[in-house]
Parts: sequence; structure tokens; C-alpha cells
Amino acid sequence: MTPSTPSPNASVLPEGWGMVIGLEVHCELATATKLFCCCPNHFGDQPNANTCPTCLGLPGSLPMLNEQAVELAMRLGRALNCDVKRSVFSRKNYFYPDQPKDYQVTQYDLPTNLGGHLDLPSGPRIGITRAHIEEDTGKLNHVGGGGRIHDAEHSLVDYNRSGVPLVEIVSEADMRSSEQAKEYANELRAILLATGVSDAKMEEGSMRVDANVSVHHLGEPWGTRCEIKNLNSVRSLGRAIDHEALRQIDLLTNGETVRQETRHWDEASGRTGTLRVKEDADDYRYFPEPDLVPLEPSAADIARIDAALPVLPGARRAALAEAAGVPATAGGVVMAVERGLDHLARAAIGGGADAGRVLTHVEHNLAVDGAETLSPERFGDLVKMETGGELTATQAKTVLAEMVATGGAPAEIAQARGFEALDSSALEGIIDGLIAAHGEEWEQFRSGDDKARGKLSGFFMGKVMQASSGQADGKAATALLRRKAGL
Amino acid sequence: MASLSREEVVHVATLARLELTDEQIDTFTPQLAAILANAADVEALDLDDVPATSHPYPLTNVWRPDVVRHAGVRDAVLAAAPAAQDGMFRVPSVLGDAP
Repeated sequence: MTPSTPSPNASVLPEGWGMVIGLEVHCELATATKLFCCCPNHFGDQPNANTCPTCLGLPGSLPMLNEQAVELAMRLGRALNCDVKRSVFSRKNYFYPDQPKDYQVTQYDLPTNLGGHLDLPSGPRIGITRAHIEEDTGKLNHVGGGGRIHDAEHSLVDYNRSGVPLVEIVSEADMRSSEQAKEYANELRAILLATGVSDAKMEEGSMRVDANVSVHHLGEPWGTRCEIKNLNSVRSLGRAIDHEALRQIDLLTNGETVRQETRHWDEASGRTGTLRVKEDADDYRYFPEPDLVPLEPSAADIARIDAALPVLPGARRAALAEAAGVPATAGGVVMAVERGLDHLARAAIGGGADAGRVLTHVEHNLAVDGAETLSPERFGDLVKMETGGELTATQAKTVLAEMVATGGAPAEIAQARGFEALDSSALEGIIDGLIAAHGEEWEQFRSGDDKARGKLSGFFMGKVMQASSGQADGKAATALLRRKAGL
Repeated sequence: MASLSREEVVHVATLARLELTDEQIDTFTPQLAAILANAADVEALDLDDVPATSHPYPLTNVWRPDVVRHAGVRDAVLAAAPAAQDGMFRVPSVLGDAP
């Protein structure tokens, strides 16, 4: 254990304390079949519909390794900058009804991927210790006692998930705040999606995050860590880490000690509780799985995987940020890459559309299915109509939604909807008419205090929009009102 | 290395969910110690140049294509289970989560 650098963003902690976080992420690989049998790897089917003698652990069955699972695991390893090594499957022995063989096939001393890293969008580089292949367990449904583990009367087991291929990605204890942990989880998820390795749905359990958390006085060695499980969203990950760090500090400042244990996050109460005291690795009695032979990727295999890797989210954000002249952490840049709209945005900006408007639309108005089918030229045309004053921001948003739905050209949609730009003389005519018709309100607007003016400004804007069938540019109308009032 | 305590035998038996009588522990402790002594003989050799062997066969990368085949055994297996309910295997409640 080495002393860490001072904690950034650790403002939830009392002065002088720091936290140290490592994450273990399990993700289900996006294969058609399970890891060792030909049953479908599919979420949400009837209980036990996707089972066979192998994934039920029946006597006489043997594992048959899924080639695609190995391919996806190696692809993820390379995307995380790992060395892809000769690897061997091992048996991890324990008794629990979600595991019908009474052992889990995993990788122990010789994992497929070793020693990589992931760069957080905010800068820090987080080490990846390993990313190994293993099989998932079945799902226990606790019956009685309100579905809670601790007072269930019995459990019902669904083995559809038993044998589903997983990769477990173990990070170094390089994170120093819950914000960094959340960033890591989001970035890893983006990489899983970009590489097609997993659908990474935390709510369906195809991506599961466990957090190892310890605390220490800054400059002193790290404390004993606890592992937190049952984190069903990135938000709970952050909450649970902060809660756990404060719990440990509370113990230590009261002269107690932190026990190494696994704790369960309860989202409803916002607390962690003891699940069990951690077992030693020795107690799992790992040994090489005799029914599966080693994996030995050749240099050619790795070169082929590298060549086929897509451009990863970090590089895509950097490219868009450069094109737009904004930081890579800008909201529009992050959302563009997350929604797969960065090519669209770059093409529109490259075609001369205003970068700020492009990113604003991507961030706020394109969170819809089909946005990726937009033509960059037409998207750029829309932005140009907007910045050229032919469309108001509200009208542009409406036109954009229709472009996504129909694929039409912005000029035609604007014309069909009667979104001819309301020229300034028409706007002035409307406003003059309103002033004449509502003299009392106008007087109050001109001479009233800020509160009265705000209220009447809303009144006049409503009338302007009514009179112009919503085509007036709100900003221009406000400016004109103020000018006429001599403000 | 070759020594093995009763406590270790009891611990390993517990991990394997084996219920041993005192008599059986007395019998198995020296037998297991003898097996470990054999392993210690190998350990004493200088094997730095010998690669570790996890499997006896010189095979690597044995796999199958990722193609679905439905086994269709669900109902038969559930019917053979000690207890089933709602299409699932019914088991006694277990305290705590999986290790």
C-alpha cells in the first residue's frame, strides 16, 4: 500500500481525509450463445427456457468453448490497452444455488487480458489490472419476506443466465472520488458499446459494477477496504461510494476499525449493510479446468483484432472537440459521441455550420431514435437557416424534429409549415398594433418596476406570438419592445 | 511442507461440505499428508526450465462456432428436480449473497 496523491473532488470527505477506489465490472458479452453450450444468451425469456445439461451442471455434460466469446474478450482487452496473453480456465469452487456445478469456470492466474489502462475524459489514467473471461451464474428469486435475501422463506432459481459469457474488468485502485468512479463506469460502458462487446445495460444486469473503497488520512497508508455490491446504476455507484467512505471515516474517528467485508448497497435507504466477511482466495481452491484447453492467441490474431477496432470514444471526442473549438468535456461533445452523432456533427461543422448551434442541437434536440440517419448536409443547411435569421430557434427545433422523422429538406419543411421568417417590418407592425390596443399595459411596461415589467413583458410576448402564429423570433421581439419603450 | 494439521483437514472438509467424524479425520489426516509429501518431492526438484503444465494434451484454442441450438430439456429436468415452482427450481433459502 502506498500513500496516494491528494484527492480531487473529494469534497464530501472531512478535511485531511482521502478515499481510494478500485472497480470490478462484470459485463455480459454480446454473443448469440452461452460460453460453454449452445443455449441462447438472451435476457428476458421464460424461466429456464435457455438451459441444457451443460449450463444446468448435469453429470456427464462437458463444456464447449464459444469462439465468439473469446474474440469479444480479446477485442475488449485491446480496446483497454491490455496485453492479450496465453490464458487458462480455472475452477473456482463454492457452493451456492445460483451455480449448479458447485464451481464457476473463470480464469485465475493466467487471464486473457493483463495490464491495460483507460483514460477518463477529465484526464486521469486509470490502470486496468486484468480483464478475464468467466461464466455468469443463474438468478435467484427470493420468495417470502417481501423478496429480501435475509428473510426469504425459499428461493426459486432461473438458470437462463447460468453460463452466459462474462468479462470481469478489474481496475487498479487509481480512483480518488465518486465522480471519477462514475466517469470510469460511463467511459467503460461507452467502450463496450463502441466495440460491440456488450450491450452494457446496468438496469438489465448486463453490466454490473462492484466498488472497493477504503479511506485514509492524506499522506498516510491506505486503510482496509470494503467491497460494495448491488449497484444498479451509475448514480447508485456514486452515492454508495460516498456513503461507504463516510461510514469508514466515522468508524475510524470513533476509535473503531474497518473490517474487510462485502457490503450490500440498499438504494431505498441509501446505506450499505454487511453481506458477509470476505473469504480468502485460498478457500475457493482454484485449479485448472481439466475439460478446457489453454487459449493461445497468435501475433496475427492480435494484429487482426487491432486492425478491426473502431475509433474509440475518447479519440472521437477529441476529434469533434477540435473541429468545434471547444473542450472535449463539453456537454455537446460528450452527448454527440454517446449518441453516435459525432460524425454528423463534424460533417455539419466541416460544411460551414455554426459549431455552437450544431452541438446545442445534438445535445438538446436530437435525443431521438433516427437522429443518426440525418443527412449532414441538410442538418448543416438547417443550422445555416437558423444563424442566418430565416428561422427562430424554436422553429429550427420543430423543423429538425420533422427532418428526423421524414428525412426532408429544411427549406421545404419550413415553407410547408409557413415558417417564413417574419421580417422586422412585419414584427414592428404587430408590436405597434399591440401598443395601440393595450395602452394601459404599455404604460405600466414603460414606467413600472422590474417586477411589473417582467410580468407585462410576458403579456406582450404572448400577444406577439399569438398575432404571428408563433413565427416571431422571441429575442428580436423582446429587443424591439424594449427599444420602443426607450429602455 | 508435508505436515498437515487436523484443523486444516477440518477446514478443507467444511469448504467441500463434507461432514467427517473424528475417526475419519484421524484416518484422513496422515493419508492427505502423505499425498502432500509426494508433491513436496517434486517441489524440491530444480524445474526452472520446465514450463508449467495445466493440461496433458498439446492442444490450444479448441472452440465451437457461436450458433444457437435449443436443447428443449427444461420440462424434463424440472420434472426430475426435487422441487420446482413457476418453471423454476425451488431451493431452501440461503442466507447471504453468492460468494
